[in-house]
This record gives sequence, structure tokens and C-alpha cells, in this order.
Amino acid sequence: MSKLQPLQSVKQFFMNPVIDKEYRLRMRTSRSMWTLLAYLIAMGLFSGVIFSIVGIDMRNSIYSSGFTGIAFIVLSFAQLGLIAFMSPGLTAGVISSEREKQTLNLLLTTQQTSFTIIVSKLIASISFMLLIVFSTLPLYGIVFLYGGISPGQLLSVFAFFIFNMLVFGAFGVLFSTIFKRTMIAVIVTYGVVLFMFVGTGIIYLLFSFGYNSYGFGGNNPANDSWILHFLAINPGFALYSVLDGGDWYMSLARSSRASKTFFDHVPFWLEYVIFYTAILVLAIYGAIRNLRPVSRKKQGV
Amino acid sequence: MTDNMIEISGLTKTFGTFQALKGIDMIIPKGSVFGFVGPNGAGKSTTMSIIATLMLPTEGTVKVDGLDVTEHPHEVRKKIGYMPDFFGVYDQLKTEEYLHFYGGSYGIPRKEREQLIPQLLELVNLSDKKDAYVDSLSRGMKQRLCLARCLVHDPELLILDEPASGLDPRARIEMREILKELKSMGKTIIISSHILPELAEMVDEIGVIEHGSMIAVGNINRIQQQLMAKRQLTIKTSGRQEELKQFLLDQPLVQGVFIDGAKLEVQFSGQDAEQAALLKHILLADYEVISYQEQQTDLEDIFLAITKGGGAEQ
Repeated sequence: MSKLQPLQSVKQFFMNPVIDKEYRLRMRTSRSMWTLLAYLIAMGLFSGVIFSIVGIDMRNSIYSSGFTGIAFIVLSFAQLGLIAFMSPGLTAGVISSEREKQTLNLLLTTQQTSFTIIVSKLIASISFMLLIVFSTLPLYGIVFLYGGISPGQLLSVFAFFIFNMLVFGAFGVLFSTIFKRTMIAVIVTYGVVLFMFVGTGIIYLLFSFGYNSYGFGGNNPANDSWILHFLAINPGFALYSVLDGGDWYMSLARSSRASKTFFDHVPFWLEYVIFYTAILVLAIYGAIRNLRPVSRKKQGV
Repeated sequence: MTDNMIEISGLTKTFGTFQALKGIDMIIPKGSVFGFVGPNGAGKSTTMSIIATLMLPTEGTVKVDGLDVTEHPHEVRKKIGYMPDFFGVYDQLKTEEYLHFYGGSYGIPRKEREQLIPQLLELVNLSDKKDAYVDSLSRGMKQRLCLARCLVHDPELLILDEPASGLDPRARIEMREILKELKSMGKTIIISSHILPELAEMVDEIGVIEHGSMIAVGNINRIQQQLMAKRQLTIKTSGRQEELKQFLLDQPLVQGVFIDGAKLEVQFSGQDAEQAALLKHILLADYEVISYQEQQTDLEDIFLAITKGGGAEQ
């Protein structure tokens, strides 16, 4: 019985009234159906283009498993892009919209802890995203028709997607507690996600350019690889690392001659997961602290 | 724990440079109905939000049943049912689901809720709307539903901020009847309103707040006696009104007399004994008095007498 206790607690948490209410509200709006439809159409069109190219190759009898690998990679990047595009919209209004609808104060005077409210709302939003992403699985199924991709690769890519949903979602929820207007929270969340994708890449390129052109890394060989950490926190490169098994990064790291830190020995995706797990925890913690001003000075939740 | 449900001491709340509350002190005994009176922006909602653990006081202490709201917010929330002046509802939920959600949020097991919710819906006259979507309810029904939501965890204290605002006269009467029933159930109720007559017949004590300061607290009759030094008497006679006016103006406690047809409106500064003596004098002077009565002072008169007519400084 005692072994089942933690499972009971988890079950109890996932059946809490906030999650239940969020699911009901989410699934009763026509917007959810349209969002799902739009996502599937976008992914379907994308997949159609990719696989028609593969189809042409097959008709010409120059099929290679490497080509389906590329199709899988392109599809995964498209999926990641759509997740990044959707997450802020789904999560950045979870608290601010309650404030705008004047339902937040009623919720805050209940016995639900700030932790339960924040995490439940995050889970409910992520669940909807999961529904959308898993509904695209049949498109990935086409890849298996051609071979060249292992189920393990598919699972690791989906695990990476789920992690990213959590990260983008946590940013959304955090900004939703900070900004009173949903629109501002959504814009700021998009800004942060854009920085993750583009900003980190630009910083990497700028440092690389500066290092190569002006040598501001100096002659110290330890500086060779630190610039690569900006790549490691870029979701796109991290996904590439997941797809590539990290080989490409490892070869880069080895070439830097002075791989001294822990992060110099791990693939991109692992460094990415470690870094953003810390950020994720901080974002959720911040959201919990912001939710109820009363608990800020005193005992809390 | 204590005989008092609410104990507020030196409560101050500042927003930037604006001081919304300036050292409020008040005590509300258990089981009483406290009317919180004041113009818009005077500080009623801020005080109530602090009691409801939604806001931190800048200074001072607020205790609910002996528990400090900043130190034990979780415990305080068990004891209170809060209805804000403006509130929204989850439009995609049905009435029954709405109450189930809040019941669940207060940790009430589903089986208990299934027995409790029909009773609550009956109390607020919404039994026939249990399967209706909340957004299909009228304003008055939503107010009553929100009141039912406040009661779902059987709180000892109800904090009702303008519960009848925006309601038509019928809905207002229905709300008042429900509140009377809650009073009879022994709930402590703190209720704010700027529409004063709706409070008069149900409150035990009132607190008048203006510009963030509590300018009068206590029993309505006592405040009336303290603050309404002048009484207004209405005397109806069969004739000789001008003559009676002169007679009355010669009496020591009469401040002024106005003739209104067969009636005379008399400003009188005495108490009950002097009022009786005045009647005796009039009758001894051989005036034919048809009626002699003191005009009832209502909450509105008290409010106007003790506030300076200003509202919010915001």
C-alpha cells in the first residue's frame, strides 16, 4: 500500500480541479479545434512537399536511406519551429487572461497553492500541445515506410519536443504572472523564444567572427571552445545534436584541444537540457512567487 | 480562538505616492453583519482585498479569527468566502461544474460536493439552472452563483464587496433575502455598498470610510445619536401653522421651523425627554395636533452627515 502512495499523490495531482477546469475550458472552445486543424494542415503541407521529393527520387530509383534521414530532419525542424510558434500563444495568457477576465482573485482565495495553480496550468497547456504534436505522428509514420530512421531516434526527437514545450511554456507562464496584459506577455515570450533561436546563433557568429578576425580569444587555447556554448543553448543546434547523435559536436569539441570542463565533453543536446532545466525551474519558481503577492514576504503558497 | 472575527489595527496601504488606507482600526465580532460604507475609491475594496489575502498591507495588522492574514494566508482562506465587486466567470463551464470546480479547489471531496451543490443552488434559487452554461445566466443570477461559490466551503466569514451592484430592484431584493438567511445561519458578514438603504435593515454595525480613513465605526443607532445631533420632527395640525411656528421658535431647543402645507418641519436638538416635553407644551398651548413624529434617519442621512461629500482622491 505504501508503495502505491507516491503514485496516488501523482494521480491526485493530475486530477486536481485546476487541471480538470483547464481541460474542460480548452476543449470546449472551437479555437482548439481550429488550432489543431491549422497545425495539421501546416505540417501536412510541409510533409507533402518533402515526401513528394522523396517520391520523385524513388521513381528515379535513386532512393537512399540518407535521403529519408534528411526528410526526417527537415520535418523535425519544422515541428520544432511550430512548437516554438505555438507555445507562447498557448501559455503566456494562462494567468494574465484570468486577471483580465476577473477570475484570478476568486481562484487565489481558494485553497489551491500557487505551485498547484502554476504547474497545473502549465501541464494543461503542454497537454494540448502534446495532443497536437502526437496527432502528427502519422506523418512521421511515412518516414518508416522508406526506412533509415530508428524508433529510438523518433522517441528521442519527441522527448526533445516535450522538453522544449516545457521550457517555452515555463517562459510563457512566468511572463503571464509578471505582465497584467496577455498581449504584452505573449510578445515578451515570443521575444525570448526568438532570442533562443536567433539571438544565441547571432552571438555565436559574432564571437566566432571576432575570434577569427581579431583573435580576441588570445593565444590561450582554453578559449577555443567556449564560444560553442552559445550554440549549445540554441534549440535548433540542440535538435541537430539529437538527430546527429552528438557526433558533429564532439568532433568540434575534440578539435578545440583544451576540453577541460564537463560541458566540453557532452553533446550539444545534453548541455542544452542541463542549461534549460535550470532556467525552467527558475521560471516556474518565479511564476509561483509572482502569483500571490501576499506570500512573497511571509510563509508562502 | 477569539470572539472577534476581524481585528484590524493601524492598517495602511500605499500605492506609489497615493495612500489608499491611512491607519484603519476596526473590530468585527463573530456572527455580526458589518456594513462598510463609503464613496467610490474611499478604500473599501482595498481593505477587503487585504482581509481576503489578495494584497499585502503596507503597515498594520489584519487578523481573521486571530490569524494574521500575512502570516497564515492559507489558513485564513479556509475561513473566508470572498465576493469581489467585479468578477468574471468561466463561460465554458456549466453552473454545477462551476461550483464543483470551486468546491474541489477548497479540497471538498466529490461525494460531499454532490450533496452540497444542489443545496447551495437551492439557497440561491438557481436549482433549475444547474445544467446551464454560466455565460447564459443573467447578471443577477451570476451574482447569486458567485455568492453560492463563496459558501461552497462553509466559511465563517463572508466578505462581500458591493454584492448588489448592477442588479435590478427585484434581483436586489432577492440578494437581500439571501443575505438575511445567511445572517440567520450565524455567518459573520462584512458587506460594502455605496447604495446605503440596501444595507440598513440587515447590518448590526457600520464603518464609514472616506479618503482612506475610518471616520465612524459602531452601531447604527449609536452613531446616529452621536452624529445626528439634530432631529427632524414633523407636526401636522388642523390650522394656525404660522402661529405655531412662532411658538416653536420661542422654544429653547428648536433650531428652525419650515411650513409645508398643513405640516411643520421642526429642527430639534433635544433628546427623547425634551421631545416629549415639547409636545406637552404645544398641547397645553391649545394647538390641535393631528400627528407628531420624529423623522427616521437612514444610513444615507448618517453618511451624508459624517462625510464631507468628497469621494476618491484618485
